[in-house]
Amino acid sequence: MKQIIRNTKAYYCVECGKCTGSCPVARGNEFFSPRLIVERALSGMKQDIEGDRELWACLTCEACSKKCPSTVKYSEFIRGMRKMAFDSGFTSRCSQGGLLHSIQRIHSIKDLVQDRLDWAKDLKTSKKGEVLYFTGCLPYFENLFSAFVSPIEIAKSTVKILNFAGIVPAILQNERCCGHDLLWTGDSETFQKLARLNTEMIKESGASRVVTSCPECLRTLKLDYADLLESTGIEIMHISELISSLMKNNGIKFNRSGIMTYHDPCRLGRHLGIYDAPRDVIKSMGELVEMGNHMAESSCCGVSAWATCESMSKQMQVNRLIEAKSTGSDTLITSCPKCLIHLKCAVHNQIPVEKEKVDIRIEDLAVAAGKALAGD
Amino acid sequence: MTEFDPRIIAFCCNWCSYVGADLAGTSRLQYPHNVRIIRTMCSGQVFPSYILKALELGADGVMIAGCHIGDCHYVSGNKKAEERFRMLLGIMKTLGLDARRIRLEWISASEGVKFANTIKEFAREIKELGPRNGGKE
Repeated sequence: MKQIIRNTKAYYCVECGKCTGSCPVARGNEFFSPRLIVERALSGMKQDIEGDRELWACLTCEACSKKCPSTVKYSEFIRGMRKMAFDSGFTSRCSQGGLLHSIQRIHSIKDLVQDRLDWAKDLKTSKKGEVLYFTGCLPYFENLFSAFVSPIEIAKSTVKILNFAGIVPAILQNERCCGHDLLWTGDSETFQKLARLNTEMIKESGASRVVTSCPECLRTLKLDYADLLESTGIEIMHISELISSLMKNNGIKFNRSGIMTYHDPCRLGRHLGIYDAPRDVIKSMGELVEMGNHMAESSCCGVSAWATCESMSKQMQVNRLIEAKSTGSDTLITSCPKCLIHLKCAVHNQIPVEKEKVDIRIEDLAVAAGKALAGD
Repeated sequence: MTEFDPRIIAFCCNWCSYVGADLAGTSRLQYPHNVRIIRTMCSGQVFPSYILKALELGADGVMIAGCHIGDCHYVSGNKKAEERFRMLLGIMKTLGLDARRIRLEWISASEGVKFANTIKEFAREIKELGPRNGGKE
């Protein structure tokens, strides 16, 4: 625990409480306080933290890190604490009963031969190539959430855009989960297995550039695989970054229509600092109206790593949708499959407010861009 | 090399299938020892995550058994089970695991013979399929 405190500079904490003040979870959950967790860690209350069910309530959205005057790396601190708790036998209260975590653990079986490329039949893809498209868990999300959202459309649209720009991306038949969710819920052992399997496959594909449509994959590949991919010089980028650079170089154009607003996913925004690329793309598709909470101040979609989903998460989602609707836009764009699922899930179920207040179209950036391609 | 001895988990509902298994026992019907029965109140409470968890932890086959459609003690639990099972088949396909490793059966309290036969057939099928993931981790 001392090591974690040292690595994340938690000992700089001056107990000012700005983290708790800015925390979207602490606003609704009186038992959760980021400041108290740091304080308890500093006084060496290891068992107390491990057994605390609120340890898993943190969304690791880094809203607090942006405010912290002592620059404590809070999300990494929580990650370290969770690993410590996991190693002592405590686990998170997973949504979907841990179904997604089971899928991810099954992915760590070395000889697994998946059947996940059904969606790519009508598109141009290859086994090896300069550009690799890292699909992430989209085929599984399609299995699970097809009742109210179609996540696989994101993959289809991404490849469609790449094809349109003359790129035939490689896709991996046996791609594993990037391990993000397991890493953030403390299971770093399985994460290491997944990371090794994925990096081997990425290296074999001969790609010099990896494109993802999921900010979580992006963060994991970029930062958490860093030591495994470092020597290869492979460039990892989000689809919005690629589209934005294609717009500048190749003259890829979009048909303009409608008013849109943009929800920053935490992994893309606060974790990686990518704010402008998705906005450039949206501005070329239509008019962009910002919500009050945007960029580094962006609210959260309410669930992280499939670890917690409770009434408060729903409240956060509904609040975000009300905010989006009040901008007068007709579409809410996000660039994270999970944000999309969570926000759509909120309206799919019963909500505590009138339907008209949250009645806004929610779309993924890649899907919207795929539809708006000019000359298609 | 020893013969492959599959591990099968069977979730049996309290009102029909578990009693069916009980009847198979009291009637002294023989069926393979590979099956581990877990009693649940209803087949509708067996979440898809239970099945994947079992597979994750090394089960070679998983069965859900409940009352016949229309006979559910809680009116429609088995219909939920059926719907969930369909979703699970999709996940199994994407994962590349053989769909025959999971099974949904309706076994009533009087069908001890059916229970024994189902287990026999299932165990034989899993033996043919071999261990999940070829026995390697």
